[in-house]
Parts: sequence; C-alpha cells; structure tokens
Amino acid sequence: MSGNLQLLTDTLARAEREGRAALISYLPAGFPTVDDGITSVLATLDAGADVVEVGLPHSDPVLDGPVIQTADDIALRGGVRIADVLRTVREAHAATGKPVLVMSYWNPVSRYGVERFARELAEAGGAGCVLPDLPVAESAQWRHHAAEHGLATVFVVAPSSTDAQLAETVATGTGFVYASALMGVTGARAAVDEAAAVLVRRLRAITDLPVCVGMGVSDAAQAAHVAGFADGVIVGSALVATLLDAGGGEAALAELTAELAAGVRAG
Amino acid sequence: MEHDFFFPAAPGSLPGADGYFGAFGGRFVPQALVAAVDQVAEEYERAKADPAFIAAFEELLAHYVGRPSALTEVPRFAGHAGGARVFLKREDLNHTGSHKVNNALGQALLARRMGKTRVIAETGAGSHGVATATACALTGLSCTVYMGETDMRRQAVNVARMELLGAEVVPVTSGSRTLKDAINETFRDWVARTHDTHYLFGTVAGPHPFPAMIRDFQRVIGVEARRQLLERTGRLPDAAIACVGGGSNAIGLFHAFLDDPVRLVGCEAAGHGVQSGEHAASLTAGEPGVLHGSRSYVLQDDEGQIAEAWSISAGLDYPGVGPEHAHLHSCGRAEYRPVTDDEAMHAFRLLATTEGIVPAIESAHALAGALQVGAELGPDGLVLVNLSGRGDKDLDTASAHFGLAGAR
Ligand SMILES: Cc1ncc(COP(=O)(O)O)c(C=O)c1O
Repeated sequence: MSGNLQLLTDTLARAEREGRAALISYLPAGFPTVDDGITSVLATLDAGADVVEVGLPHSDPVLDGPVIQTADDIALRGGVRIADVLRTVREAHAATGKPVLVMSYWNPVSRYGVERFARELAEAGGAGCVLPDLPVAESAQWRHHAAEHGLATVFVVAPSSTDAQLAETVATGTGFVYASALMGVTGARAAVDEAAAVLVRRLRAITDLPVCVGMGVSDAAQAAHVAGFADGVIVGSALVATLLDAGGGEAALAELTAELAAGVRAG
Repeated sequence: MEHDFFFPAAPGSLPGADGYFGAFGGRFVPQALVAAVDQVAEEYERAKADPAFIAAFEELLAHYVGRPSALTEVPRFAGHAGGARVFLKREDLNHTGSHKVNNALGQALLARRMGKTRVIAETGAGSHGVATATACALTGLSCTVYMGETDMRRQAVNVARMELLGAEVVPVTSGSRTLKDAINETFRDWVARTHDTHYLFGTVAGPHPFPAMIRDFQRVIGVEARRQLLERTGRLPDAAIACVGGGSNAIGLFHAFLDDPVRLVGCEAAGHGVQSGEHAASLTAGEPGVLHGSRSYVLQDDEGQIAEAWSISAGLDYPGVGPEHAHLHSCGRAEYRPVTDDEAMHAFRLLATTEGIVPAIESAHALAGALQVGAELGPDGLVLVNLSGRGDKDLDTASAHFGLAGAR
C-alpha cells in the first residue's frame, strides 16, 4: 500500500487555492495515554488543522524545549510503543481523511528498521516523516524507502542554513520544507522572529515546494503574521501546553486550534 | 617539541572525510547545527596545519599543564597483579587533575580562532567542567557548564571549583540527571546560540569532527607514554589499559599503539554488574544506534529509546561511547571489558594504600582491569595503565563507600 504523500501535496495546494496558509498541528502520540492522545489529535483535525504531525516520543528529545520534553516523558512512562504511534496515525487518517505525518528522532526509526518503519507507516495511511536530526547527508537510506512507499521526507532548515544546504534540502525533500522560525528548541515564544520571513524568501527563490514555518508560533496573531509569508503554519508546544496546564484539557486544545485556524485565514 | 600529535593524516587513516570510522561516526545533527559543526571542522583543519596554533598548544601543554606527565612504576600495587610490571601514565598530575585539560585547552584556542566569545560544556564527574572553566579563565572566554543534578551532588567539590574559576554551573533536572542529560541540555543551548558560542565537547563522541579532533588533542598521552616506556624498559607494553566513558583518555592512550603488537584494553563501567541492568557498559551490552550526533554502540531498548546508565563513577555513567571505539571493538583491534563498582573501588583503595596515589574512581576502573590483565600475563608481563585523573573529587563517594570516619 502506498503512503499519502500525494494527499499532503493536494491538501497544501488546496489551501493555497483558497488563498490561505494551511494549519499543521503537532502532538506526541501516547500523551497522556494512547487513547487520549488519539482523541486529542482528532480534536485538532476537527477544529481546523489541515495536517497533523504525530510525535514519536523519545527519551532524548534534544531539539525540544521543556513542554514537549514533559509530554514525551509522560508518554514514555505510560509505555507508549511504536505500534501505538502507528495506531494513532491510522485512526487519525481513517477518521478524517486528512494527511498525517510522523515526527521522529532518527534512532527509533533506525532501530525499528528503516524499511519496516516506512512500510508500516504507509500501511497505516501516513503521509510521511519529519526527521529533525537526520541531515540530508545521512538520509539516503530513508529517502529510498520513503520514495518506494509514497511517503514525504520533510527536512527542517534553519536561519543558519547556508545557501548550499538549502539547495541540497529542496533538491532531496518532498511534501514541503519545514522552515524553523528561529534558532533554538521547540517552545512558544512571545514574538515570531524576523529571521523566519527572510528564510522563507530565500527558499522561495530556489524551490516550488510549499514552505511551512514552525517553532515558536503560539497564538492566532502570530499564526496570521506567519500566514502572510508562508504556505503553512506549524504549531506544537502551544497545543501541548493546553493539555499540560492545570485547568486546560480537550476544550482548551480545540479552542486554541480553532483560533489558529482563523489566524491562518486572516494572514 | 616532540609530540607530533597532529600526525599527518596517512592515506586511508580514519575517519574518512564523511566522519566515519568504518560503520560508526558520521554526523546526525539538526540542520540548525550543520553550519556550526562545519565551521568547527573547517577551522580545525586550518588550525592543525598552522604552526602558530600548534606552537601555542604545545606551549600550554608544556608550561601550563606541566607535560610531559610522569610515568610511574608501581611495584607494590603490581604485587597484586600477578607480578607483572605495571606503569601508570600520570594524567592525574596535570594541572586541573585529569586528562581533560589537554582537550579543553586545544578547543579553547580553537574557539578564539573562530571569534567565539562564549563556551558551553557538559560535565559528568566535573573533570571536564573544571578543565573547561580553567581554559576559559586563561583565554578570556565566558563559560557555562551544564551538569546533572545527581552529579552536582556526588561531585560537589568540582562544582565549587568551576564557580571559583568564574564559570556558571547550570543544574540539569531532566531524565536521569547525569551526563547524558547534561549533553542534551548543552546541545539545546548551542542550537539557540551558535553565532557566538562554541560547544567545547568533552569526550570523543558527538558529531564529526569532535571524535577525531578530541582524539588528536588527547593523542599526546600515548605518544609520551610510548616513548617513556621504551626509554625505561626498552620495550613496548603487552597491554595498554584505560577506562572508557565516552573514551577520550582511552583513545588518547591507544592511538599511539594502533600499529604495534600491543593489546588495547578498554575498561567500561559495569556498575552493579552487566547482568543487573544497572551499568554503563555500552560496548559489552549495547547495540549500534545514534546518540548525540554519531552512530556508535548505545544502551537502548528494542525501539531505540536510550537506557539510563549506572556507575558509581559520574565520569563513566554514560549510555554511549565514542565511534572510534565502536570501530576498534567491531574489528577486534581493541578489547573492552566490564569492571564493576566493587572491583573499581577495590583497586581504588589498593593503589592508595600500596603506592600513596589516590586515583579518580573513573581511573580505578582501568586499575582493576590491570589487576586482571596482569594476572593473565604473569610475571613477564608489562602493563601500561592510563591514570586519567586524581581522586580529590571522589573523597565523599569513597568515604561513604568504605564507611570511613570522614564520611559525610
Ligand atoms: C578522571 C576521568 N577519567 C575518565 C573520564 C571518562 O571520560 P573519557 O572516557 O572521555 O576519558 C572522566 C570523565 O569525566 C574523568 O573525569
């Protein structure tokens, strides 16, 4: 069975035709339990996210700030397994027909078996993977299997990326390019860095791939601002925080997602 | 000077341009760090071909660190090692008390060349943190050291030393609150501040070029020891032995003997025993995987989640190991054996009471290995041990372990 790269591409193209940016939500699988995690993922899709990234929790999330670290920790202590991540993908896609990506550090994928992971992700209806600590130079094996199984390979680029790195990334990535809005780890920020717009401009000059911006976006105003220059807005920590906050929960998660969905339409 | 540590890279020498030692190594870092890591690699290539850089480094090693470090024969200790002759390479006598200063000074000079003003580092036992704080004080760089909360408790003396040297010590409260988590936190800092900050990594792990560069800065240990031992005994040792955390003191000793008929023995921390699951023996009990930027042997579960390591020694308490050791292990050129907490502490006390030298608990793992290898070799054997550091930082842990009156 082939993965849903094409669905991802079509979804981003439709948002563009509608004259808006797409909203991409991020939540770790298994947080706080596998079933509750699935419910939360569905809540963001129902409240207006166009695409979801399901995080594969890791013991050593070196690129994540305290919020996602805490969520990963809770998920792992709850015993989340890769099978649960794949079930989350399957149920989210089956219930909504929307594209579902996995975001994972490289070691779990590598240890599980690269071919096996790609095959099972495609079978679950997944659209592809974001692999934040896998640079292009180390990615040939993954890209081979991703291509074979119809999965996107989304690379993350940063304001510090050189022109040569950007060129190699857009030449090898598929689906979209993930432009990190700032230098740093995940987590909500008070303002979106000016560097994001500059990075998107540099990418536009060399690729037709959609460019989605993430890291640090936390509210509707920021989403609207980023939607003014990007094809998609990726929000993670702010959504996770609604589930960690005392007094937060499902309703707060859906409410923030709806605000962000309005934001990407206002940009 | 005689060191020749920036040996000319012979054709086929490792790592290759891609940073691989056989199947191990490479560079698994986010794109946000690729440019910074490239800059380190490029600047290091230039520096090691620059006579002025080499002269500055050698000057510091000679007149600041006090190199060459002594080579001491320890006959009373050797009496417990099957009668083999045992020589210790005295990295404990270096300024700051361990081998870590060799690398810290080399990288501090490199940070200055790159125009960086701020240095960050992880530390486990505190030896690398102290060495880095020292190098930064000397070269006028600002210094922040990340240290697991658990380690801050067991190595409190070194925390105070770092602070006295002007460094900021940041407690790390994530995960197991030890070395692995301190490295995670230092990477998080670096991703956010590459423009003015150099990550002064402390061992031969991490993304390329760190494993090769740090090996080169530590290679002086083996180069000196080989010459000193030949002068004193007229022959090469049967075995060269070192403890292995990430593996910097071990590779520093081993590298000068790679082409010699000398057994290379790395002693990993077996904690409460490899069977107990509470250990840090990555080569003995781990599987290939990616941790902290390179592919090597890693303690992990069947789905690639990194396991928490355990050792009485904070400096060996790490679930990974440098990629060059993974390569030497898989091709059989070096052998790695597990040494338990109890075996290490026995050797610790034995060296203190027979020779008047209090070793670091890390180094005591190598001493325990020497007792075993010496017994295997018998009276004709000649064993070289890297005494990577001194035990001042470990007095609380040792007093508690032995129930001494001084225990707090
Ligand atoms: C004295 C001493 N020896 C050895 C080590 C282990 O490090 P490596 O394996 O890199 O030599 C440490 C680490 O802190 C140390 O302090």
